[in-house]
Amino acid sequence: MSSPIPLLSSLAAETHVPVVSPGTADGVFSLAWLVIVLPLAGAAILLLGGRRTNAWGHLLGTATVAGSFVLGLLMFFSMLGREVGERQVGQHLFTWIEAGGFTVGMDLLVDPLSILFVLLITGVGSLIHLYSIGYMAHDERRRRFFGYLNLFIAAMLMLVLAADYLGIFLGWEGVGLASYLLIGFWQHKPSAAAAAKKAFVMNRIGDIGMSLAIMLMFVTFGTTAFAGVSAAASGGSENTMNAIGLLLLLGACGKSAQVPLQAWLLDAMEGPTPVSALIHAATMVTAGVYLVTRSNFIFENAPVAQTAVVAVAVVTLLWGAIIGCAKDDIKKVLAGSTMSQIGYMMLGAGLGVAGYAFAIFHLLTHGFFKANMFLGAGSVMHATDDDVDMRHYGALARAVPITFLTFAMGYLAIIGFPGFSGFWSKDKIIETAFADNVWIGVAATIGAGVTAFYMTRLMLMTFFTKERWEPGVHPHESPKVMTIPLMVLAALSLLGGLLLAGNWITDWLTPVVGEAHHEHPPIPAWALTLIIVVVVAAGVAVAWFTIGRTEVPREAPTDVSVFTRAARADLYGDAINEGLVINPGRHAVTGLMAFDTSVIDAAVEGQASGVSGLAMVYRKVQNGFVRSYALSILVGAALVVAVMLVVNAG
Amino acid sequence: MNTEPYILLSAILFTIGCVGVLVRRNAIVVFMCVELMLNASNLALVTFAKANGNLDGQIAAFFVMVVAAAEVVVGLAIIMTIFRTRRSASVDDASLLKY
Amino acid sequence: MTAFWILAPVMVLAALGILFVRKAVHAALLLAVVMISLAVLYAVLEAPFLFAVQIIVYTGAILMLFLFVLMLVGVDASDSVVETIRGQRVLATVFGLVLGLILVIGISQVTFGAAVGLDEANNGGNVPALANLLFSKYVFAFEATSALLITAAIGAMVLAHRERLTPKESQADAANRRMREYAATGRHPGPLPAPGVFARHNAVDTPALLPDGTASEASISRVLAARGSVRSAPALADDIEEVQRQLGQSPEQSPEVAGKSGAAATTEEQDAPGSEADAGASSSTNGAEEDEQ
Repeated sequence: MSSPIPLLSSLAAETHVPVVSPGTADGVFSLAWLVIVLPLAGAAILLLGGRRTNAWGHLLGTATVAGSFVLGLLMFFSMLGREVGERQVGQHLFTWIEAGGFTVGMDLLVDPLSILFVLLITGVGSLIHLYSIGYMAHDERRRRFFGYLNLFIAAMLMLVLAADYLGIFLGWEGVGLASYLLIGFWQHKPSAAAAAKKAFVMNRIGDIGMSLAIMLMFVTFGTTAFAGVSAAASGGSENTMNAIGLLLLLGACGKSAQVPLQAWLLDAMEGPTPVSALIHAATMVTAGVYLVTRSNFIFENAPVAQTAVVAVAVVTLLWGAIIGCAKDDIKKVLAGSTMSQIGYMMLGAGLGVAGYAFAIFHLLTHGFFKANMFLGAGSVMHATDDDVDMRHYGALARAVPITFLTFAMGYLAIIGFPGFSGFWSKDKIIETAFADNVWIGVAATIGAGVTAFYMTRLMLMTFFTKERWEPGVHPHESPKVMTIPLMVLAALSLLGGLLLAGNWITDWLTPVVGEAHHEHPPIPAWALTLIIVVVVAAGVAVAWFTIGRTEVPREAPTDVSVFTRAARADLYGDAINEGLVINPGRHAVTGLMAFDTSVIDAAVEGQASGVSGLAMVYRKVQNGFVRSYALSILVGAALVVAVMLVVNAG
Repeated sequence: MNTEPYILLSAILFTIGCVGVLVRRNAIVVFMCVELMLNASNLALVTFAKANGNLDGQIAAFFVMVVAAAEVVVGLAIIMTIFRTRRSASVDDASLLKY
Repeated sequence: MTAFWILAPVMVLAALGILFVRKAVHAALLLAVVMISLAVLYAVLEAPFLFAVQIIVYTGAILMLFLFVLMLVGVDASDSVVETIRGQRVLATVFGLVLGLILVIGISQVTFGAAVGLDEANNGGNVPALANLLFSKYVFAFEATSALLITAAIGAMVLAHRERLTPKESQADAANRRMREYAATGRHPGPLPAPGVFARHNAVDTPALLPDGTASEASISRVLAARGSVRSAPALADDIEEVQRQLGQSPEQSPEVAGKSGAAATTEEQDAPGSEADAGASSSTNGAEEDEQ
């Protein structure tokens, strides 16, 4: 990877997709490996060090991630000072796999895209670590928790820094493992253990797609490195590229909880709240978006796969939003909203060169405000003795003022209140969607309205309306170690939109995702923005009139419409899985087992028992009488003589 | 001089020895029948020596005798050992090694 | 060829006899017949050295070894006529006949030319000629047989050797053991009764009589009992009664009898008809058989 491939720049010019050809790492970039190794070492020390590290383990865990963040910042500023063409930097660490003509190096790629992810992951990750110090203070296994968090961060960094699809896959699987460990962290709860398993299994399905895509790449291009694949991508046949793209999309669906592999995300709320924040804001679910954006050179050559991305994204963004409307569990509402927001990002990524930058932009702002809200939710739960039912909240604004204020920043950002970060990013995606296809734009706009509705519902039920607290609950504000990260994130939620100032983010990402030729939406941008704001306002108003003005019952009403019931049941996502996959699978397994025992085993065992039965008969020949054996020798001798006689006579 | 009758006699004696090994149960008699078979083959060897006009056949017969002597010594010692432990010289009684 | 045609039927008959005789000793004797006949045939076939070896080694040494072992093993091992393996005898006969038939057919199909004869080969004498061959062409085989013979000798010694696992029993130990056995099982501690005591004549096949007139099984050799060459106690008692009756009926002859009992007994035995004479005859044959063995 250290040597650029000059011949291929001409190819890149034709496809409008920049070829990955990083320059040699120097200066601060030569420390890129340390970004991954720091949290990895932290994880190793915490997990292998045992009880000795109990006292300072959480501090070490936080310090390693913060160290990575500092390194990321240094690299970021160093990159800012570079020429646009020199911003891709590769570092070859060692040769990982060498088999015949197939070589995979352990290479890192630091470019404008991955550096943004590094900053998001380590930055938000540091804040979440900090927050966890307070949140997990009373958990006996806090040290292990930090070990897992570090592992998670390390895997995610591996994922975004790898310069090879196999490297991505390494991080990909690492993230899957860490998420399994963290979702099931409270493994004594059967629901948590089940949720962890569910997440793991559904991720495996995505991983199959991912690994098949990598194999297909190897078969087609003979390499799995970004540089090689991006250089050769335009030469691949469209069918192959579509196949690779669809398989990558399957992988992305698994990690990013897109329909049809969305079901694990809501259950993943069984983990501790910082984990939810980490999974939903900074890591894991963004991996899918990263993969699609990183693989832009494939998707640009795979129109069918790109359309599929858009379709999946639109379905998911509505699906998640609808689920969010019906849930009473505060974390599940946020989970539904994550699904929906990731849908927006996928939509942006699916829209091609025009949308990549906005997808990443939305990913960043979402990382800020969603982490903010998840941690805020954690703070609320902290205040109400780990109650997650919003129907038991109400009028918490005065009890937990800091949490309320910071949460409000996140809220305003997610619904797209003008000026807040979410406004800029979501608006841009919807705008691009409109430019591509009106109906996609309409769907995205409706999604924005629904988002406004359910987020307002959450705000109202949690912080306003009347007190519905459980008896004996005395809400109190969280300690500083928890509120400071909230404040930082709230500020970022508010100011994240500055990234768009002067089209900085699009310019920044151009070397990676390519130059967008500006398409004009059917209606002027300002009018579109106005429409979106109106729709959002309508959503807020509906929520205000249905929730804010009426009494919220402490128990969820059961005489509700079919739609509410469907939304409460996650739009029957689990039922669909059950009906389409699990039950047929179970029946198939039962049938196969019956077939196995009655036919295959029977055949094999039948042979065995046949042989042994025959042996039982024939072993009687071995009767121990030497004279019997001598008789058989005589018969043999007679036969030999007879044969000789016949042969010689003939 | 015709040597064919000698060979025929040898064959008949050999066959009788074979049947004796199969029919008799006293280990010592079985051994005798083995000796009979060896002697029958010796007769054939000596006859062939005469028929071919060289002494190789007689040498072979001589070696057969030596080997037979060694075999009888060891075989009878084995029969003695078996008899000592089992109080029986019947070949059918030593039939533990079976299915 | 005269010798051959005389000896061949004898050999075949003797060999067949081995198959059918009940007693191992008889089989050994028949085998001796075959072997000596073979030795003669060797002489006819111009193999004087093998003639000597056949007699000395086979008939003299190996067959004697067989007889020694038979003596050691004893008569317990006599064959019973009942075949224990089903079908063995029939199958053996059938396949033996088949083999013989095939061999005979095969041999008779071969055209044998006139024998070359060993006149030339035996020119300097048969034994020097054999020695020349043995120590030149077959010297390695000869050396190998020496190793074989050594091995066989050692093997026989190892097999025949009985390891003493306990210290040898001293006389005092034996006396103690006998007394203990007497206390535990009531086994008589003294020596076994001698045979022939209180019998009409002193012989090992005549059991001692107990005070009540019955025969003592302990007084005779187990081998003799197994062989069935012991006169049974009731028969013996009958004998005594007969003798007593004769004595009582002819008291005037009794001083003669008492005076020279040995001679009188012999005459009586010869004179007396019926069972007594039979018993005497059987006794004498048994004696002969014993001598043979």
